[in-house]
Amino acid sequence: MSDAVLRVNNLQTQFQTRAGVLKAVDGVSFEVARGRILGLVGESGSGKSVTGYSILGLIEAPGKVAGGEIILNGQDITRLKGEAMRRVRGAQIAMVFQDPMMTLNPVLKIGTQMIAAVRAHARVSRKAARARARDALAKVGIPSPEERLDAYPHQLSGGMRQRVAIATALLHSPAVIIADEPTTALDVSIQGQILAEVRRLADETGTAFVWVTHDLAVVSSLADDICVMYAGRVVESGPADSVIASPRHPYTAGLLASVPAEHEPGTRLPQVPGSTPSLANLPSGCAFAPRCAKAGPACTTTPPVQHFEDGRTALCHYPIEPVSCPPLSLTSTTYRSAS
Amino acid sequence: MIGFLIQRILQALMVVIAMSIIVFLGVYAIGNPIDVMIDPASDQALREALIQRYGFDRPLIEQYFVFMSNMLHGDLGESFIYRLPVLGLIMSRLPATLELALTAMLIATCLGIPLGLWAGYKPDSLSAKAIMGFSVLGFSVPSFWVGLLLIMVFAVELGWLPSGGRGPTTEVLGMNLSITSLEGWSHILLPALNLALFKLGLLIRLTRAGTVEVMSSDYVRFARAQGLSEGKVVGLHVLKNISIPIVTVFGLELGSTLAFAVVTETVFNWPGMGKLIIDSITVLDRPVMVAYLILVVFLFVMINLVVDLIYGQLDPRIRVKAAS
Repeated sequence: MSDAVLRVNNLQTQFQTRAGVLKAVDGVSFEVARGRILGLVGESGSGKSVTGYSILGLIEAPGKVAGGEIILNGQDITRLKGEAMRRVRGAQIAMVFQDPMMTLNPVLKIGTQMIAAVRAHARVSRKAARARARDALAKVGIPSPEERLDAYPHQLSGGMRQRVAIATALLHSPAVIIADEPTTALDVSIQGQILAEVRRLADETGTAFVWVTHDLAVVSSLADDICVMYAGRVVESGPADSVIASPRHPYTAGLLASVPAEHEPGTRLPQVPGSTPSLANLPSGCAFAPRCAKAGPACTTTPPVQHFEDGRTALCHYPIEPVSCPPLSLTSTTYRSAS
Repeated sequence: MIGFLIQRILQALMVVIAMSIIVFLGVYAIGNPIDVMIDPASDQALREALIQRYGFDRPLIEQYFVFMSNMLHGDLGESFIYRLPVLGLIMSRLPATLELALTAMLIATCLGIPLGLWAGYKPDSLSAKAIMGFSVLGFSVPSFWVGLLLIMVFAVELGWLPSGGRGPTTEVLGMNLSITSLEGWSHILLPALNLALFKLGLLIRLTRAGTVEVMSSDYVRFARAQGLSEGKVVGLHVLKNISIPIVTVFGLELGSTLAFAVVTETVFNWPGMGKLIIDSITVLDRPVMVAYLILVVFLFVMINLVVDLIYGQLDPRIRVKAAS
């Protein structure tokens, strides 16, 4: 994938705390091409959201991006400061947040907020900005967008608000949109509509998405590629189909095994034992080793990145052998494009 | 909207009536004004005549209704001491207090909100800590002492500003104001500053607390993710969201400043309403006390009504509740 619009290279994001330096993101690398959707998967505390915020330069003190590169359209944006970074945010790269109830200011009209977003990057009149906001709302499938501009957030449903947030992110046709669990707070039916809409937008506008989520079912139906994160590192990556069909990292396998859809109703669900380690107290070597059934003596040393077919990688001493069973499906729907 | 207004005005009316009963009873219980009004050496006949004249011999309930019916006719009675209509007496002092209170609120708001915004925007900076330290001083140091200090420094030592009094006044819309002339301003500056200090401290803390909360909200993060400049984030998102508590406190403080600026008025010899009411209490000038307190209630009720109306403008969610 040399046509990547966003390439994250060995990203390090650290938080300075009393307990020491916490490496929330420790050497994460991935890339997304035009019109593609990358699923960034992990449990709470795995560093997936921090990765998203790092890309937009929205990490607040005491955190900072301590190393690595974030190449957006050929430009390393980790070097940008203040006003230069502001010009990038919202224009070339945008973000959608988890809770649509919280991301829109409750006391400002939708129109006011969107017009401000338009005029942050384009020198246009209020009228032109309003027209652009209306078009963006129409593009994400909001009925009677003109009236919605004069509505306040509390007058819209959660799904509508998330569409407004996505429309706002799309205003300047950014190359990449980082979506931080945007459907987690929504009903499953609304979630389905939004996922379908996002897939269509990615295909039609060429905007690439980094879809941060803990929901493997969402990723399997939406994403082209997957990065699985654990304790601040990417433990497995590759094309979504292939990773889900045959995980090579024990952690990915554990996550997939605990998705209810695959199991006979009434049987006990397998689970990954233990919980995510505290970043202040990571085990040396492989961070997953204490929870891993396959852990061996080598796991006390940092695991190597192993490369497999289709550009797949896994960060493991003892990767799982590929299985040749037919690909299983986690959901009956797929929002992936036919290509 | 009109239903809401009528409801609020009816509520206000009830408060005014309840207040008038409490005040009337309370003042009646304090003592007999006759003892203060006349020379203790005067004879019984004169005493009786006065009691007759003011109707003190009638039952309390009758006195109350006479007072209330007179009030509805715009007659709040006559001061026992000044022998002048109470309304005119209070109104002659109102402009002085009004301009003092408004100037003080203006100073407190124009300084307090920007300082509070800054302290909330950069809470860890040295300047923010200095601002917060100042705000603690602002509302913990006694007002009369600060007043004396201001007089000592600016009037006595430096001689820049007069130490008290109101200076020349000009009549504007039937009110005598001193803020129309430069010399008037030199008179009002110190007392207004003195009066503003407490409110300044309060507004700084209030604004800072709101700003800190809003700055960490998801919608500010979202606004930043859209590339809004920091000025726009603060000016558009923060200011509007923190304005509700600020407007509330502003209203309460404006009311209490108008009604109870008495310490500052005394220290700076400012001929306002505060001085009038304290003088009236010492001499048991009942009509002035009752009328003044009713006026204060009326002021508070009106200010709160305006505050309620502004709420609806600031927060659409409140508008919805009021309508339903």
